[in-house]
Amino acid sequence: MNSDVTDFASLAPAYPEILMALGVLVLLLLGVVLNKERSLLITWLSVGLLVATGLIVLLQPADGVIFNGLFIADSFGRFMKVLVLGGAGLALILSISNAEENGLHKFEYSILALLATLGMMVMVSANDLMSLYVGLELQSLSLYVMAAIKRDDGRASEAGLKYFVLGALSSGLLLYGASLIYGFTGHTNLGEIVVAIANEGRSIGLIFGVVFLLAGVAFKISAVPFHMWTPDVYEGAPTPVTAFFAMAPKVAAMTLMIRLVMDTFAPITSDWQQIVIFLSIASMVLAAFAAIGQQSLKRLIAYSSIGHVGFALVGLSSGTQVGVEGVAIYMAIYVAMTVGLFACLLSFRTETGYVETIDELAGAAQSRPFVAAVMAILMFSLIGLPPLAGFFAKWHVFLAAIEANLYVLSVIGVLASAVSAFYYLRVVKVMFFDAPVKQFAAVPGELNIIMAASGFLVVTYYFTVGNPLAQWAHIAAGSLF
Amino acid sequence: MGLEIGLGHYLTVAAILFTLGVFGIFINRKNIIVILMSVELILLAVNLNLVAFSAHLADLQGQVFALMILTVAAAEAAIGLAILVIFYRNRGSIAVEDVNMMKG
Repeated sequence: MNSDVTDFASLAPAYPEILMALGVLVLLLLGVVLNKERSLLITWLSVGLLVATGLIVLLQPADGVIFNGLFIADSFGRFMKVLVLGGAGLALILSISNAEENGLHKFEYSILALLATLGMMVMVSANDLMSLYVGLELQSLSLYVMAAIKRDDGRASEAGLKYFVLGALSSGLLLYGASLIYGFTGHTNLGEIVVAIANEGRSIGLIFGVVFLLAGVAFKISAVPFHMWTPDVYEGAPTPVTAFFAMAPKVAAMTLMIRLVMDTFAPITSDWQQIVIFLSIASMVLAAFAAIGQQSLKRLIAYSSIGHVGFALVGLSSGTQVGVEGVAIYMAIYVAMTVGLFACLLSFRTETGYVETIDELAGAAQSRPFVAAVMAILMFSLIGLPPLAGFFAKWHVFLAAIEANLYVLSVIGVLASAVSAFYYLRVVKVMFFDAPVKQFAAVPGELNIIMAASGFLVVTYYFTVGNPLAQWAHIAAGSLF
Repeated sequence: MGLEIGLGHYLTVAAILFTLGVFGIFINRKNIIVILMSVELILLAVNLNLVAFSAHLADLQGQVFALMILTVAAAEAAIGLAILVIFYRNRGSIAVEDVNMMKG
């Protein structure tokens, strides 16, 4: 447990975070010194830093608990960190072609994205309520600024304001829960809390703490009933920022949720299970019905992401290793689908700006057949049609739920999935069968590559990445049990 | 006979402050600054909780946690006010009822 901080080798489990922190500082300095027009260089260097950090995460499997129990590195954290870094890097690449018009051509944008990513990595590796909180806040504070980074835009600043107020409230709930858990177990270290709960049993104060803590985390993964900020923030923030929000922070917060309930609250499984099942059902059902009436594409994606969090929580509800595996696979596939979806969204550009409503996509298949085809594939995958990746994501989580005898939850989930097919298919119908109204501009190269990669992975999932991913998720989930 | 002020009293005060803060965010219909103050109230309630527990358990960790929350709360307030300034520049108002461009 006790590590000598002066000994650099003993910090090996935290090398990725240390590299990230130093790299951000160097890039910040570089951004200030360099000319204002060089923000593109900083963006690419940031992507490079994310890749380098990802390589260290992968190649340097020094597991362990360091910093006096504040920080844990395990294979589960490694899996999720790769997802977080990948999601963040791809979101940064998405911002390159449209930085100017979205107000992202400031080098601070990449720096904030990196700082948020560093916060997420700390969240993923948190082994103490304190490091959990600090990681979460480093992430949240950066994200608030990112939402409002288009300073002269009324909607973006409103999105930032809403995100800030509700985010601060959720941090408050989480902290209140943390203080109660500390008070009723006497520890802030997650490993010591689990021992204390196992020895002393549950008390009403502890259960209150667990409820508040999980409510705070549910805000961050935007599970119903703590989702109200999501559609507004997704709609108001510039699209590449929305892409960032939809990928990396969700994965990090979901990891936190999994670590808390599977590890720390394992002795009171029947208590947290009720909460997670409620969150799951509410998210799936509300998202399926609320998305039907949406005209704005980004609001539609917001509700879609709320629904997907609900599906992922189905796997977690089971409270088994298979369930955690399912959630890990689900989050990986979710990131792959989401990045493709946002690349499609950014590819539909007219002279007046980006496509905002579903109707503006009318006849897109005629002028942009490739983009429309990828988008249609992703929509089918988001519904969960076989043999696309989205089907296998749902397959894994529902399998875990059925093995844990959660039949009602599974049936509700499948029904919600069927309802959600309606709004996904509406987008496909508008693109392929409505008369064209707009001419779309040429698609930037890197967006084409991302769309092609996302579409390829989604279509060939079963034959290519499916098996290795499942094996890796199995190893990752194993480290929690 | 004097009244002994124990852990329960501190927790009650903190719970009341916390509730006031949460209601301040949701029921407040006037000014966004009031929301920022409510957020601070919530964080102070948490700090009171932690310090009370720390004294009760004779364990320093709670106080360390409270110090960290104080620090982060300062950063949070700075960012909140900065976003508020941007919002005011765009809209010329900081009334809660004017935060309404996006609905649905």
